[in-house]
Amino acid sequence: MDRRRFPLGWDEAVDLDREPALVPDPAEVEVPAALRASIEAAMGRYPDTRSATLPALAAAQQVHGWCSPEAMHQVAAVMGVTPAFLSSVATFYDMLRTEPSGSRYVYVCTSVACHLRDAKAVYDAIAEQAREQDLEGVEVREFECLGACDMAPMASIDGRFVGPLDPSDAEELIGAVKAGREILPGRGLEDADYRLPWSEERS
Amino acid sequence: MPETLNLTANHHERDLHQIEVYERLGGYRSARRALTAMTPDEVLETLESSGLRGRGGAGFSMGKKASFVPKGTMDKYLCCNADESEPGAFKDRLLMQRNPHQLIEGCIIGAVAAGANKGFIFIRGEYELQAKILDAALVEAYEKGYLGADLFGSGTPFELVLHRGQGAYICGEESALLDGLEGKRGNPRLKPPFPANQGLYQGPTLINNVETLCNTPAIIEKGAEWFAAMGVDKSTGTKMVSVSGNVQRPGNFEVELGIPVREIIYGLAGGPPEGRELKCFFPGGSSAPVLTKEHLDLPFTYEAMAEAGSMLGTASMIVVDDSQPLVPLALRLAGFYRHESCGKCVPCREGTVWTVSMLERVDSGEATPMDLEIMAEVQQNIIGNCLCVLGDSMAMPIGSMIKHFRGEFEAHIERARAANDLEHLPARGAGELAAAAEAGPI
Repeated sequence: MDRRRFPLGWDEAVDLDREPALVPDPAEVEVPAALRASIEAAMGRYPDTRSATLPALAAAQQVHGWCSPEAMHQVAAVMGVTPAFLSSVATFYDMLRTEPSGSRYVYVCTSVACHLRDAKAVYDAIAEQAREQDLEGVEVREFECLGACDMAPMASIDGRFVGPLDPSDAEELIGAVKAGREILPGRGLEDADYRLPWSEERS
Repeated sequence: MPETLNLTANHHERDLHQIEVYERLGGYRSARRALTAMTPDEVLETLESSGLRGRGGAGFSMGKKASFVPKGTMDKYLCCNADESEPGAFKDRLLMQRNPHQLIEGCIIGAVAAGANKGFIFIRGEYELQAKILDAALVEAYEKGYLGADLFGSGTPFELVLHRGQGAYICGEESALLDGLEGKRGNPRLKPPFPANQGLYQGPTLINNVETLCNTPAIIEKGAEWFAAMGVDKSTGTKMVSVSGNVQRPGNFEVELGIPVREIIYGLAGGPPEGRELKCFFPGGSSAPVLTKEHLDLPFTYEAMAEAGSMLGTASMIVVDDSQPLVPLALRLAGFYRHESCGKCVPCREGTVWTVSMLERVDSGEATPMDLEIMAEVQQNIIGNCLCVLGDSMAMPIGSMIKHFRGEFEAHIERARAANDLEHLPARGAGELAAAAEAGPI
């Protein structure tokens, strides 16, 4: 039978000839202790343990780099749910990676407000630099509005919001991501001295 | 008229995110008062008579919404909607980052009004910094006994949990938010039953936006009359306005409702860049139909924006100047909603996809002016036909762009057709077309 095969991700597991996966037997699945503790802590926070699905998947993604079949299997074992339920959730949310595209991320906002300030050029420059500098293990993608339109155009590197960006920042930005340096010091929202370039003009 | 600082009055204070600083400035006094010196009915009454309206977009009376939650001793929930994902909106980010305890105090007051014993703050996953700050603030509040089994020694319990989303715009819709909180795909639910009766875990639930809840401590402290005296008519109080796009000074501003729109765009945000003119603006986030120059002198109120055919929404003004071609903007906008449609209702799922394809045809010049007609019709078939307003949120601004700038869309088709060497088809109304071509660059 000729079926389209997906080389990556657990889409590969969608094999119609196979029985659906059941809730894994917790006794048979090895889960890293820290991951188990973090999932169980999340389950304890809610009246219904299923509410822990998002924090549990996020924690598993931290450990495995993405929501791999193995990661899902471990979460399913701890939470007592089917892997299918978890994959239905993981495919819905943008920040849960269903392909091994890197355990860190660079999200470049190209949504409406950033679009008006030429974010596409910034994204193109960053993507170009990522290729040029052979950046690996980092997911570089355009992202929908990140809620920082005052900093437009901007990007989020593992949660660090930097902006306003110019295409000429791309080289340093990617270089810093690659080397693990602080990214654009002083230009991140969390930096103590962070100010928008025009903020002193404000009376 | 300058800014009126109420929510953001203390934002210049150093280390405001620490509980000592917040308390020194009078923090948690209102929560204590609501719990120990007022009855829940009095709190509810105060909130209702202040005229505070939901700041998340719909603008429904907060007190009224809280009063819909049934009385009784069952488990009741408070959900704070901090899934701020509307393109152009970034007010909640500032409020949570600078003053997390104000939100926690607001949650306590909201919980008193609704009789809720458990609360959740649903924050979008992209806000890592803000989640970290809120987490630390929650720990401080628990340590002080302002959250937990016995609030301020009143015997009332209230647990507050921070729940991080993982990147889905639709989770800002209140019933999808509940699904996200229950650990499922964020699909909106059929209403009724409304969340006030059957919400989180099927229990009565009050859902409020960050800014709405942040407003409550000052209302309890200074009274409903103080709040109602600000603003005009039924748009009372101050409002955070996020201005972005083609202005000289994008940022958050806090203004009294009723201030002229011109004052916000030109006065506070500095207007379009040197030598540019305003073409249009979204008054309430990317979901709001665009308004044009002629609407600049309207007062910024829920009513005036609605009358002009748009909405105040989240009060996120995205300003577009005359150098911006509208077709790529419309394409970007529609692309966003296509990506974020949850896929539950057909008109939205299919309508967003078709709108994007049609806009691509407009952009490449393959479309005919008739396609604009069809596109407008598709928008009409989305509006009001889905469980939530995500589809409408695309249909209304796209529809308004075609309505206000039809000439530009037609001219764009013509120009792209010529550039791509496609067969020439005359547009409707050649005169209109020529005028449009002269008026603005494509």
